[in-house]
Amino acid sequence: MKANLFIEWLKSREGIYYVLLALLLVVVFPLALDSFRLNMVGKYLTYAFAAMGLVLCWGRSGILSLGQGIFFGLGGYCMAMFLKLEASSPENTAIQSTPGIPDFMDWNQLTALPWFWEPFHSFSFTLIAVLAVPALLAFIIAVAMFKRRVGGVYFAIITQAIAAILTILIIGQQGFTGGVNGITDLRTLMGWDIRTDEAKTLLYFVCVGMLFVCLIVGAWVMRSKLGRILLAMRDQEDRVRFSGYDVASFKIFVFCLAAMFAGVGGAMFTLQVGFMSPSFVGIVPSIEMVILCAVGGRNSLLGAIYGALIVNAAKTFFSESFPELWLYGLGVLFIAVVLAFPDGLAGLYRRYVMPLESKLPAILRRGNAEAQTLPVEEAK
Amino acid sequence: MFADYTMTELTSIFAMQGFAGLSLFSIFVLMALGLAIIFGQMGVINMAHGEFMILGAYTTYLTAQVFESVMPGLYGGYFFVAMILAFVVTFALGALVEWLMIRHLYHRPLDTLLATWGLSLILQQTYRSVFGAREVGVSLPDWMMGSIAVTDLVEIPINGLFVMVLSLLIAFAVYLLMFRSGWGRQVRAVVQNRPMAEAVGIDSGRVDRVTFALGCGIAGVAGSAFTMIGSTGPTSGQLYIVDTFLVVVFGGAQSLLGTIASAFTISQAQSTMEFFLSGSMAKVLTLLFVVGILMLRPQGLFALKVRR
Repeated sequence: MKANLFIEWLKSREGIYYVLLALLLVVVFPLALDSFRLNMVGKYLTYAFAAMGLVLCWGRSGILSLGQGIFFGLGGYCMAMFLKLEASSPENTAIQSTPGIPDFMDWNQLTALPWFWEPFHSFSFTLIAVLAVPALLAFIIAVAMFKRRVGGVYFAIITQAIAAILTILIIGQQGFTGGVNGITDLRTLMGWDIRTDEAKTLLYFVCVGMLFVCLIVGAWVMRSKLGRILLAMRDQEDRVRFSGYDVASFKIFVFCLAAMFAGVGGAMFTLQVGFMSPSFVGIVPSIEMVILCAVGGRNSLLGAIYGALIVNAAKTFFSESFPELWLYGLGVLFIAVVLAFPDGLAGLYRRYVMPLESKLPAILRRGNAEAQTLPVEEAK
Repeated sequence: MFADYTMTELTSIFAMQGFAGLSLFSIFVLMALGLAIIFGQMGVINMAHGEFMILGAYTTYLTAQVFESVMPGLYGGYFFVAMILAFVVTFALGALVEWLMIRHLYHRPLDTLLATWGLSLILQQTYRSVFGAREVGVSLPDWMMGSIAVTDLVEIPINGLFVMVLSLLIAFAVYLLMFRSGWGRQVRAVVQNRPMAEAVGIDSGRVDRVTFALGCGIAGVAGSAFTMIGSTGPTSGQLYIVDTFLVVVFGGAQSLLGTIASAFTISQAQSTMEFFLSGSMAKVLTLLFVVGILMLRPQGLFALKVRR
């Protein structure tokens, strides 16, 4: 019975989009791209986690966070701290004046591991921290703001300020965080070398797997009654409040969920790229995450993934070939997506491609008997 | 942290750091005034405000170059010409941007934020292409060099003092314009009740355009003043934008007095702490303090009492 429902769902319009995305990520990219490029796609996908969080938070609930980089960075740093501790075993760091602590601590005349590094010896703690640390900070920010009914523009500015604070803090506290260089030279995960091509390919598949987990959680939130309340809250906050819902709690929930998505993305980023630095935490990366979401379509989870892929691919292409043009392109993208295409790629798709779609099965129907089921499915 | 110093030393440290903080204060006030007009009166988030300021700074730089090569005898007065030019250039660009972009977005404040961020990226890259990535500076005219010694331990640089006086003058001018002139009354009327303002014959579209352009123009003057105390690079504006937004929000978005008071508090807190802690920790603590206060009192220090 359940399996049947699942197959039914896969045949639905939405299901087909998911299958297509899965085919693209699991089959097409690994076959078509070499290990280096595949690793880059994996890196782009880590931004898609943050962009999906923004779809829930901004597109669905109207809370624009300019601080997703904070949570992306926290998740990434948690993972990097674990990997760094593993890389700094006493044997590896025997030449330091204090063996057994990360190299940058030694350079900064630290003689013992700071207390907050200690728990990151444990992998299970790290996995929990990747989710819990961003969620906890998000919870504190959200409770303080939403319980006092601060929202909109003020929330955006405060999250941006917090992103700035965190970057300055990380850069300033060199001995504890690795400073502006970040945490580099990460080697192994539980004894498994993450720098080889095979490891990178495997990590790419892990990343795609996690992406689908988040996608399904996000889609479930959007489809549930909770998602409808979020939507109502975005459009008529007072009416939802007067209907007896505690608006602040819903906002806190969705903001924490978005933070956790970004945290997972950050952890996957560290694993695939092999380092973490403050340049992925601050104001600029945070606002770029918003543009990924906006380009894909702020109301569409799938759009966010395509947006992350396309914008980052364009960024790589332009910064490799025409470095001066990229900032112009990005600037124009920001303006165009706001003025001309507020619903992004997903909006364009709905407007121009979907009408063609209904013609497509009709053409197929004439020649191909198999395709006859498709329009019937859609009629449901 | 105070134990290592004697009382007199502490007093002069606070005095010196206080004056150092005053030049930061001037930048904050000049930038925040323009932002406060645009954000407080119109609800538009102008993320390109820093770039408008830098446009003013580059205009000043170019004027200085022209004066230096064409009429070196008049170099002492170039600044006043440059200031007017900076205002005109940024005012014009501001009006253009409002017409092309902002007026379509008045009902979507979060989108103005993204669009103006895009604008700031474009402007930054333009500056980089035109003026190069390296910072440029102007040489100060003779009368602005040197410093006034108040006591043995305390010295005030003249250029810093000049910029401070200038920023207070501009703040006063903005006050007169907004609260004592007919035009200011129109602006406030449009903010408070747009349909009613239109009904009594105010062209609200024009008021919006001039308000936005004026905010940008003040940013241009700020940029002009900025060249007196620092050098100008393509990304100099972005360094201050977050701080300035905090200044505006902290002060209470619609209050000029609040903006000035919060600029003073933030700049003084930062520069005093800088002496005792590292610069980055001072900044972190100041920003955390401001964010903390804003969480407790989201409407800012000097909020207007209005019914919402």
